[in-house]
Formats: sequence, structure tokens, C-alpha cells
Amino acid sequence: MADALLDVRGLSRRFAAVDALKAVDFSVVAGEVHALIGPNGAGKTTFIHHVSGALRPDSGSVHFAGQDVTGLSMHERVRAGMARSYQITNVFPSLCARDNVALAVQGRADTGSSFRFWRPVAAETALFAEAESWLAQVGLADKADAVAGSLSHGEQRALELAMALATKPQLLLLDEPMAGTGPEESARMVELIENLARHVTILLVEHDMEAVFRLADRISVLVNGRMICTGTPDEVRSDPGVRRAYLGDHL
Amino acid sequence: MTQLILEQALNGLQFGLMLFLLAAGLTLVFGIMDCINLAHGSLYMVGAYFVAAAAQAADSFWIGLAVGVAGAAVLGLLLEVALFRRLYRRDHLSQVLATFALILIANEAVRAIWGPAAIMLNPPEALAGPVAFPLFGEEFFYPAYRLVIIAVGLAVATLLYLLVAKSRVGMWVRAGAANREMTEALGVNVRALFTAVFVFGAALCALAGGLLGPLLAVQVGMGESVLILAFVVIIIGGIGSIRGALVGSLIVGTVDTLGRALLPTLLRATLPADAAATLGSALASILIYLLMAGILFFKPQGLFPARA
Amino acid sequence: MAFYRPARWQRPLALGLFAALVALPFVLEAFDQSFYIGFATRLLIFALAASSLNLVLGYGGMVSLGHAAFFGIGAYVAAICQQAGINEALFAFPAAMAVAGLFALAVGAVSLRTRGVYFIMITLAFAQMVYYLFISARAWGGDDGLPLAGRMTLAGFSLAGDRPLFFASLTALTVAMLLFGRLAQARFGRTLQAIRENETRMEALGYPVFRYRLVAFALGGAVAGLAGALLANLTGLASPNLLQWMQSGTLLVMVIIGGVGSLWGGVVGAAVLLGLEEALAGLTEHWHIVLGLLLLGVVLFAPRGVAALFGRRDG
Repeated sequence: MADALLDVRGLSRRFAAVDALKAVDFSVVAGEVHALIGPNGAGKTTFIHHVSGALRPDSGSVHFAGQDVTGLSMHERVRAGMARSYQITNVFPSLCARDNVALAVQGRADTGSSFRFWRPVAAETALFAEAESWLAQVGLADKADAVAGSLSHGEQRALELAMALATKPQLLLLDEPMAGTGPEESARMVELIENLARHVTILLVEHDMEAVFRLADRISVLVNGRMICTGTPDEVRSDPGVRRAYLGDHL
Repeated sequence: MTQLILEQALNGLQFGLMLFLLAAGLTLVFGIMDCINLAHGSLYMVGAYFVAAAAQAADSFWIGLAVGVAGAAVLGLLLEVALFRRLYRRDHLSQVLATFALILIANEAVRAIWGPAAIMLNPPEALAGPVAFPLFGEEFFYPAYRLVIIAVGLAVATLLYLLVAKSRVGMWVRAGAANREMTEALGVNVRALFTAVFVFGAALCALAGGLLGPLLAVQVGMGESVLILAFVVIIIGGIGSIRGALVGSLIVGTVDTLGRALLPTLLRATLPADAAATLGSALASILIYLLMAGILFFKPQGLFPARA
Repeated sequence: MAFYRPARWQRPLALGLFAALVALPFVLEAFDQSFYIGFATRLLIFALAASSLNLVLGYGGMVSLGHAAFFGIGAYVAAICQQAGINEALFAFPAAMAVAGLFALAVGAVSLRTRGVYFIMITLAFAQMVYYLFISARAWGGDDGLPLAGRMTLAGFSLAGDRPLFFASLTALTVAMLLFGRLAQARFGRTLQAIRENETRMEALGYPVFRYRLVAFALGGAVAGLAGALLANLTGLASPNLLQWMQSGTLLVMVIIGGVGSLWGGVVGAAVLLGLEEALAGLTEHWHIVLGLLLLGVVLFAPRGVAALFGRRDG
């Protein structure tokens, strides 16, 4: 696909004797919310690790924004505009919410190098002002001073999202943002992602089918390391292969 | 030249096997308990002193060796129950500090009991001389005692290998090294297993210390330099892997011994004698570290990583 | 641990301490105790070395057991400079820092690819390699070490005598503490501390984690090199014992006793350990046993260091 923001071709990876990913082709078009679903153990997280650069494939390629990023490390891909949130909440629990997001802002190339040894960060008001604006975007404006570890689970997930956003990504990889949240919190998270989708392309891995079918423009289904189907929610819903492999017991 | 190479190769084998006795216990304690034990070398030193003292008292090397090894095992038991058990779940920094403190205590205690001078440990009378082999039509002499060390080392290494690779206890040990929580969940008494492994490691230390005693000086501080070599061995072999410890020991033992013996001679072919001697001995002394760096560069987890 | 932030009492206390230290040689001389100026100089130098390790260990979270290599290399570079006819500390000290820093860069480049127990053992092994290298280098004294013919000059003024070297060491420590204190609050220090807390997350925020660690490791090595050069001037000898891994262990013990990651950890630790040594050595020949037992006590009962025992926390 010519206008694909993320283009994965023939991605394969073996762990010991197990084929975790088998020649996966996958692409995300700029502007869409693309959901990746599949039964447990299908290889979704492994796939995300390969897209984000935490793992390297045995073969195949990952192109991002027209650039071959297969050989780039995670931090280089983040700098190229790809941010991720984690399945398990991964914030700095002993820092306040503002400091958490300020770290993300500081990590961006356009806010200057972090090889600065003398000037206290506390004097860099722009950093913290921006951090607060990201917090406001995810509804945590009044929690800026709260220590991250003391926030509720849902708030920590939102904080995680704010940190990912603060890297100003073109593509946001969300690895099960609803995991472990209650119904009320998930509803808020869905709303939040809906809002974000207006500004940024999203690759969403999620188990919550209601959320997936509400948010996604397109859905891809990964089963046993193979991408068996990609299409609109309606196409996926009526795909016989998907019904057999995955949705059979739901519908 | 053939004589020299063969002799040095045997020395290397002998040194490597003794290193294996040390590294085996160390790698298991690292691998299973995730505990860094800097005082492993002190067990080796204290073990050697035990053997020397018992051998003097009994006037027999072999009785001394048996008593010394048993004494070190008891010491290991006491240390495990009183101290190490509390350290397994602590961070590496605490383990470093605590075992460093043990080194200070052990060195000073040995100095207080046996004095600062090295003490003598004589090999058994019957093994004091060399044995002769016919080799390519020539006579080849090699010390009988060193041959016995090689034999004992091979026997223990085989036993240990079989024990870890084939027996049920060995299966637990390997399982513990690969995944501690899972092994615990499967009902293995991990606490007793830890104690057993630690005590066994201490006994092996004393065995190595006692066997090497007649060849090297039994003295304060003998544990520290050998500890580093054992570290290099398990870094090369992969932490927690008995097979890695064996291969690493043989590599380090052989490379170090042959390097020291042959490098100055080899360099003499291209350099003036004086420079060759200086550079050769300098290079030989760091050879295994360069080797370690090289291996790490390509395999940061060592040759035989125990954990996936 | 949250980010380092200086406590309110820190600045007045530091200034007071500095003033007291400036006055110390004159007070000691007045009471005819100038022997203790040498001891105080030693303490300042070890405080500098331990603080440089604290940058690596405390802020960077890298448990390096090979820091003595950089310390010892600094001492040797100073001695070798003098041997080559360069007696000016303005050249020799920066040279010591540069060589130690570059070596740390090389060691770090290999060892920072690993984690945990591996990192501890690899730094240890590299330091031991340096130790054996210097022991076998006959041109630099081999086993005996390389003696200095006398103290060097600093900008033309001789460092001979108690006072000049004391003030040189005090200046070095003051500048280093100022730098470390600023650094900990600056971008670099915050980045380093965040990496210590969660390396993967920082990577996922776009930080080249390896590079930050490496720079901190090299910077720590360079400052340790300066401490080594000062120590060689104090003792008049670049000894291979400085390179031994027990020396690395001693520096580590200082940092742990003083409090890992608190700005003053290295200084407090050096003062406590050297003070203990001075006090215990007078009481018993086997003071190492007492020290060992004390350390075991610290591990088992005060895991956050002596500073924490008194409820003082910077972090």
C-alpha cells in the first residue's frame, strides 16, 4: 500500500521450536484506527514488540513513514514518530504525574538534548507547562502533583497514554489500554481514544470486543502467528475464517 | 617443544579442572539463588587451611583432605543458615556488601589463627616424584601428584555432570536455575535444595583448595585471585550452567596456562628478546580477559545460557 | 526513589563544612597536630573517588565492582607523567582524567551491554585485567609500583608540604560535588535516575539509554582518575594495590555505608570508613574482623545505609 504509514512485510519470528509469527503482512494507513485482535497466545504482543523495536524479526521488514526501520532500535523508532503504551501499566510510580510526562517531553528531539549537565530542569518551565497540557488532554489536569503510584488504575492508564502522546507520535501503539479497568473506566478510555484518533493514527491491540468494534476503522485478526483477515468491522464480523477461529463462540 | 607443549597442556587441564570445582558451586549459587557470592573464594582459602591443618595433625594428606572438606561443608552449612538465607531475596548490592564483609572477616580470622605467613602442605610421599612415559621414542616426565589431581578432577567433574544432568536432584537444580518460582510451585523444597547446593559448593571449594595446596602456597588472600578466574569462567560459560562452567573452566585453564608458557617464546620470533618477554608476560596475564570480552561481545549471555 | 532534590539544610551545611575545612589545616597546625592534615587529605581524596562511584552506582544504578581500575589508572598516569619529565599537575591531572575516562568508555562499551550479576562480574574482571597488566609492566615498576620523586607542581606552585595538597584536594572535591549536585537536578541527571528506575520505559520514550549510561560511567571514571592522581601525590607511589578489586570493594562499601544515590553518600561513607579504620586500627590488630561484622550489621539491619539510620534522606 503506497500511502501506508506503517507497512510490515513478511515478518517472521521463531522462538526455539515455535513459530511465533509466520510471514505476517500488515499495514496501517495514516489517519485510521486499526485494531489487532486474536485469541490469547496468537502472537499479538510479540507482533507489537516487533513493530516497536523491542524484538528483531528473523526475516521480513518494517517500514514506517516511508523509511525502513527494521534495523532501528526502540528509541530510534520512537524518535521517528512511533510511540507505545504498555499492556501492564508502566509509569514511574515514585514521580508525580507531571514529572512522568515531562520526561516524555524532554525525550523528544525538538525540545533539545538531554546531555545537559548544569541547568536544573526545575527552571525549564516550558517543559512542565507542556506536560500539564498533555495531562489535561487525558483528563488528569487536577492530578499533576499526585504521585503516579497513588493514582487509580484507570488514571495510571491515562497517564501512560499522556506519556505516549507527549512524544508527539504519528503512530500510537496501544497494547490493551483497557486491560484491568472497570466498566466505567473503560468507557472513559474509549471516549479518550476516540478523541485522540482525530489527531493521531492508532494501532490498537485489545480484547474488549465492544471497544474494538466501536473504535476501529479496520480490524486485522491474528491467529497462531498468521494474519488471517483484514477488513472493516463488518467484513471481519462476517468472515467465515474469523468466525471459525475466533468469534465462533461469541456470535 | 613437544615436551613443553604437552606438559603445559596437562597443566592447563589440571588447572581447568580445579577451576571447575570452584566455578560449579559458584554458578549454581548464582543461577539458582540469583545471589552473588564474593566470599566463594574465601571458602576456598578456608578450606585449604582446614585441609592443611588437619593433614598436619593427622600426618596424612588424605585424612587431612577428607577432614578439611567435611569441615568446609559444615562451615558452608552454618553460613547458609545464618546469613545467606537472608540474602537471597535482597538486591545484588546488599549481597556484594555482605559477602565482601565475609571476605574481610575470613582473611583476618585466618591471619589471626594461622599467622600471616604461608603454610606448607606436602603432597603424599608416594606421589612426590615424577612418573615417566614413553613419548615419540623419548622419555616424558610429569609429576605424579598432578596426574592424581587430574584424575580426581575428572572423576568429580563426571560425577557432578551426571548428578546435575541425569539425577532427580539435578533436574530440580536445573529447573531451579531456569525458573525458581515455577520449581517452587511444583512442590520442590527449594529452601532445602538451596542449602544442599550451597554446602556442596563449599565442599568443592575445599576440595580444590586442598588439592591445589601442595602446588600453590596456602596463604591469606589466595581466594581473591582465584575467585576472579571463577567469575571469568562462569561469565564465559553462562550463569547457572554446569556444562558452561565445565567448558569455560577448561578454556580458561588451558588458555591461561598455555599463554603464560608459550606467548613469550612465540613473540620472540618477531620481537627482540627483551620486548618479547615483557610484552609476552603482559599479554599472557590479560589473555583470558580479552577472551572474555570477545565472547561477551558476540554472546552477552555466555556460551551456554541457562535461562531463556 | 524520586528525583534528587537538594534539602533545604544542604546549602548552609555545605557552606559551613567548607568553611570548617578551609580552617582545618590552620587549626591543626596551631594545636601541633599537622599529622592529621595528611589524614584529612586522604579522606578528601577518597570522598572524591567514592562520590565518583556514587554517580555511577547511585544515580546510574550500575553496580560497578571495577571502579578501582580508574582510580589506579589516574595514579599511574600522574606517576608516568612525572617519569616522562612532566611535573605540572595542570597537565598531569587532566591527563589522568582523560586516560581513566577513555578507559571507562571502553570498559563501559562492552560491559553495559549486560545487566545484573553479569555487569558486576564483568566490571570486576576488567579491573583485574588492568591490575595484572600493571603488575607485569616492568617499565612501570611491576609489583612494586611506580614511585614519584616528589610532589608535582600546580600552576608553578609546589604541592609539597601538608597544606598545598590539602587545598588542592579540597578544591577538587568541592568542584566535583558542585558538579554532581547540579548534574543530579539537570536533564542529564534526571534522565539517568529515570533510567535507573525503569530502563525499558525510557527507551520507549525515545531515550538512547545505553549512551546516557555510558557517558555517566565514563564521567565517573574520569573523576576517579583525578582522585587517583591526587592520591599518588599524597602517598608518593602509584601502587598496583590501588587497582586491586578489594579496593573497588572498599569504594563500594563507602558508597553503600554513606547512602547510595544521596549526593553526600560518598563523602559520608569515606569519612565513616576511614574514621573507623583510624579508630579501630588503634584498638586491635585484627580490626578488619570488627569492620566486617559492622558491615554485616549494616546489610542486615540498615539496608539504606548509615545516613538512613539517622533519618536523613536526600533522595
